[in-house]
Amino acid sequence: MTRLLERLLGRLPIGWLQLTHNRARLYSAIAGVAFANVLVIVQLGIAGSMTTATLQQYAYFDADIMISAEDANSMTEGGNVARQRLFQALADPGVTGGVSLFVANLAWERPKGQVLLQIFGVDPHATGFLNPEMAHKVAQLPLLNAAIIDRNTRGLDAEMLGGIRPHSPETFEYSGKTISLVDSFSGGGGFGTDGYLFVSDQTFLNLFGKRISGAPDHILLQVARGEDVGAVVARLRDTIGDKSLRIRSFADARAEDLAYQNTQRPTGLIFGFGVVIGILVGIVIVYQVLSTDVAAHLREYATFKAMGYSHKFFLGIVLEEAMILAIFGFAPGVIVASGLLSILHAKTGLPVAMTAETAIMVFVGTLAACALSGAIATRRLAAADPADLF
Amino acid sequence: MNTKPDETAIVVKGLNHWFGTGEARKQAIYDVDLSFRRGSLTVLMGPSGSGKTTFLTLIGCLRDVMDGSVQLLGHELNGASTATNEMLRRRSGFIFQAHNLHESLSAIQNVMMGLQVHGRGIDKRQTREAAAHILGLVGLADRVEYLPGNLSGGQKQRVAVARALVGNPEVVFADEPTAALDRESGMNVVKILKRLGAERGTTTIMVTHDGRILEQADRIVTLEDGRVVGKSDAAP
Ligand SMILES: Nc1ncnc2c1ncn2[C@@H]1O[C@H](COP(=O)(O)OP(=O)(O)O)[C@@H](O)[C@H]1O
Ligand SMILES: [Mg+2]
Repeated sequence: MTRLLERLLGRLPIGWLQLTHNRARLYSAIAGVAFANVLVIVQLGIAGSMTTATLQQYAYFDADIMISAEDANSMTEGGNVARQRLFQALADPGVTGGVSLFVANLAWERPKGQVLLQIFGVDPHATGFLNPEMAHKVAQLPLLNAAIIDRNTRGLDAEMLGGIRPHSPETFEYSGKTISLVDSFSGGGGFGTDGYLFVSDQTFLNLFGKRISGAPDHILLQVARGEDVGAVVARLRDTIGDKSLRIRSFADARAEDLAYQNTQRPTGLIFGFGVVIGILVGIVIVYQVLSTDVAAHLREYATFKAMGYSHKFFLGIVLEEAMILAIFGFAPGVIVASGLLSILHAKTGLPVAMTAETAIMVFVGTLAACALSGAIATRRLAAADPADLF
Repeated sequence: MNTKPDETAIVVKGLNHWFGTGEARKQAIYDVDLSFRRGSLTVLMGPSGSGKTTFLTLIGCLRDVMDGSVQLLGHELNGASTATNEMLRRRSGFIFQAHNLHESLSAIQNVMMGLQVHGRGIDKRQTREAAAHILGLVGLADRVEYLPGNLSGGQKQRVAVARALVGNPEVVFADEPTAALDRESGMNVVKILKRLGAERGTTTIMVTHDGRILEQADRIVTLEDGRVVGKSDAAP
């Protein structure tokens, strides 16, 4: 290792020799950096689960434009849209098709407690508005009171749900009606509900007596190939003319929902706050580690300075140490963090996980924080006369 | 760069130095005028606290000159740029009162640092050989791979001497270098310095109380309370 670094650096790998000379200090420095990594990765994982959970709902569908009520900040919030708007939209030459989408929450009372499901009522004959996996399953839904359940629903037995087949359904009662679960899919809990349930629009209306077919929650549209979605959206806003409606591209609706979850909802704010605190604490730890190390070697550095070494040389050593600590702290940090996240996932059913991007981002961030901390810590060395540092 | 062969290595004029500020301000060097001939060995004497270390670090470019003038190898130190300071430090060798070795580097690596400061261009094998050679000269041929922690005080000081000398310095500043050495190795170090003076014109300024070294000196300067109180050319 020393040889390799010596060749790489073109000088003695002083940073490496210095770090490995005092093993106890090295291990505590690595532990510090690793802890900073764990802190940030776990916070990012938790915050990221909000994103994953929010995007999950949109991933079930294949649409270009979504029309919602003015107060529909998310899939589940807000009022209805008149189905009349769907017919108006279909009159646009750029629009090739459209469907009504019904959304509600349904509480499944179980002996062990309540399971809250986010239920989607979709047209089982218009499966082109669903992603391929869901399209295939939803095709089985014309049967009244049939449903497809998210087998990752929090509080339910995933194995039991996975075993559900059309010929061996599970059933449960809701408001005096019997719902038959005929199939399952891999969803994943969100923050508001424990899992998802797909039914036909007819079943939806049957279950929720107060809802009417003329007032869905959202309208999904598809536009012709090659058609500019933005232009169609602009046209629809014009022709529909109802300023109180939100007529947006599906991508915008998804992005706005995400922004809403992250910046308006308390959970999102708290998670964002957690990330900021995690990063700040992480930086403080890393700074502490590097500045302690520089302070411990100040006399030795002063001697080098007295020999004629320039500040660039010290920055090189500190950067070398920053690299080593960032790399060695990263591996244990990632292992511990992903362990913690999977425990958290098992306990909450939330899609908390460490993505490759998060890991890379945290590594680069750690490296930058280490290097910067080291550079700041060597400023005293730059300012002082060597004779004053002995 | 000063390349013309000048007879004097260092010229000091009207040098004053203070420590601290305000009420605590205390003068450590008073109006010193001195010059040092190239190739000479000057011994600096004086009681503890008389300003020997302060003076040595001032003319050795390790402490900024506040007042007065120091010309080291033809370069004014008062107001010198960082680059000039670094260049002059590379052309000098400093042997500190405390050995100040790098604890995580072996003896030979410490010595090599004295050569590597001259840049990346130097061949690594030659660097090692030069470092090993000079460690041999100070009697540490069998200790080259030792870490400072495994060397005695005297051995560490000899590594520090080797580190200061390996780069062929034009001036050597030595602050009580023989204090930690036994008489024999102390004299050996002085002999090496004397030889370098004769062969290469290396100028040496050394703080010491060792009587036997005084005999070897070309000149003895005595400091008291920050003032030069005696200059004598020792017997040849
Ligand atoms: N860094 C410093 N800060 C304040 N006073 C100092 C410092 N270094 C030396 N002095 C003072 O300057 C005087 C000369 O010290 P020094 O040069 O170390 O003497 P010597 O080397 O002859 O023993 C002493 O009075 C000492 O207390
Ligand atoms: Mg002294």
